[in-house]
Amino acid sequence: MRRDVWRITLGSVRGTGHFAVASAIAATLLFACVDSREGALQPELHAEGWGIEVSPDRVAAWDTDIAPDGQGLPPGSGSAAQGATLYVAQCQACHGPGGRGGPARSLVSASSDTPTVTSFWPYATTVFDYIRRAMPYPEPGSLSDDDTYAIVAYLLSEGGILPSDASVDASTLPTVRMPNRDAFRWSDEAPGER
Amino acid sequence: MATTTSKRRRDQPVGLVAGGLIDRRTVLRRALALPFLAPLTHAASAESVNAERPAWMRAPGVPMSAYGRPSAYEADVVRAVAQEYRGIAPEAGVSLTPLHRLRGSITPAGLHFERHHSGVPQIDPGRHHLMIHGEVERPLVFGVDALLRYPVETRIGFVECAGNSFPNAADRAPAKTCGAIHGLLSNSEWGGVSLRRLLDEAGLRKTARWLIAEGADAAAMVRSIPLSMALDDGMVALYQNGERLRPEQGYPARLWFPGLEGNLHIKWVRRIKVSERPAHSRDETSKYSDRLADGSALQFTLEMGVKSIITMPSGQMQLPRPGWYEIEGLAWSGSGRVRAVDVSADGGHSWVAAHLDDPALDRALTRFRIPWEWRGEPQVIESRAVDESGAVQPTREHWKRRYAAGQIYHNNAIQRWRVDAQGRVENHFG
Repeated sequence: MRRDVWRITLGSVRGTGHFAVASAIAATLLFACVDSREGALQPELHAEGWGIEVSPDRVAAWDTDIAPDGQGLPPGSGSAAQGATLYVAQCQACHGPGGRGGPARSLVSASSDTPTVTSFWPYATTVFDYIRRAMPYPEPGSLSDDDTYAIVAYLLSEGGILPSDASVDASTLPTVRMPNRDAFRWSDEAPGER
Repeated sequence: MATTTSKRRRDQPVGLVAGGLIDRRTVLRRALALPFLAPLTHAASAESVNAERPAWMRAPGVPMSAYGRPSAYEADVVRAVAQEYRGIAPEAGVSLTPLHRLRGSITPAGLHFERHHSGVPQIDPGRHHLMIHGEVERPLVFGVDALLRYPVETRIGFVECAGNSFPNAADRAPAKTCGAIHGLLSNSEWGGVSLRRLLDEAGLRKTARWLIAEGADAAAMVRSIPLSMALDDGMVALYQNGERLRPEQGYPARLWFPGLEGNLHIKWVRRIKVSERPAHSRDETSKYSDRLADGSALQFTLEMGVKSIITMPSGQMQLPRPGWYEIEGLAWSGSGRVRAVDVSADGGHSWVAAHLDDPALDRALTRFRIPWEWRGEPQVIESRAVDESGAVQPTREHWKRRYAAGQIYHNNAIQRWRVDAQGRVENHFG
């Protein structure tokens, strides 16, 4: 059952002072008494908690993490050729032509002695994640998913990891093996399987 | 851990050891009255002594104000701002706490260091939410007003950037102040909601192992934190030194994890995904991974190492003349309390235990002090901290051996200051 509860009840808990607290408590208790029906508002009051349940749709809209196994990669695709054009317009001013020599960090290099995206990063999926969340610097999150795939494909081809006619999408990007992948290991402070 | 192995010269006062340090136990036993001199900043003029009724006593002063500021005469005690990419991204970079200009262990909120990857978002608290989702029984969202309803727990503790002391990664000791080298370090009283409380409200599933936390800055900074560390004493901080967080410290809410590297303390926190696995985000792979001497890249080195620095006298300072001073500094450890700080004034040949100011708090800055007589000769002073787990602050040589040439993170090596014959104090490696 959809529960877009938080959007509606937030209005009732806004405010400062005792009156607002009292009315918020009253409102929450009142809502807790409402029947569980399609479309009805039903936040559950959990042990002294003030969190409000949120719908799976809202969670999905916020959860943009891309995991190394590709979980989270959106539909779409892009080619290195498309990426080359996009790169000039969106990235080159800071990161330099072909990913080298700009005022911001170089993205491409041959050896891991100069750590760059292509020579140092362990996962190609992280490149997608990072570009989508933080780039381009002045307007982060403004690129479409297709354009992001294209720029990732372009960087990987500039770095010699993919051929120049490559395309990537949600199923192929996680299969790319980055050259410095095996240098990465976890410290003892981190739990779980490596 | 203090070893006082050098012989006393005949003409040294009792209790004086090599390099002019006084064993603190001697001071306590004999209650010596020593005229301590701090480096002079605003020298009193002889003329002003003669003014029986100075100008500010001849008319009423300035009225009360809603929010106070330091004296205009202290206007040079400020953070040092450094952009990471000169000109093209002015919002990315750091500002460093002027540690050598502060006394005590609490950092004023306005001088707490900054590290931003894309500037300080100006967040309307009425429109900001924290979402907790993932491996939980019920995904929840909290408005700021909701977070403010929980009991507030307070705790004093440091935040240190993993890249603190990065100027000392150079091959030659850069001629900088203590603050310019080590100023990505601050200490506050943090107040907020226990993260465990919020996670329990969401209901952790058995598969939960990590938290993936994201901030509401333009870079959408995201890091993974082991769940066990978060449950121990992780906090959603809302207050700093009594008042609400400053915007540059994460207003309206940030994460705070005692003792862990600064980047984990996600500012402007908006989302926590409870997960089986870490995210391997850019800021725990490309960045904030340690490059070891064997060529490997070690991820998730989260705890800050035991460390200390002498703040006075320190880089770029000038001792006015030979005589008695009090060496003072700060010590801390990401794993617990500082147990001891030893100071050497003879280039590391002998060490004397410094006095630790009370209380030496768990994962907070601890102030140390020791009397010292400078006799006008060149010498090197340094401090070495030991924490309650027995971990000892390493020498620079020892630290460098562990890491690759390009490593800047987790530099907790001993800091040496060289005093020359004219009393000039400078950063020193050799």
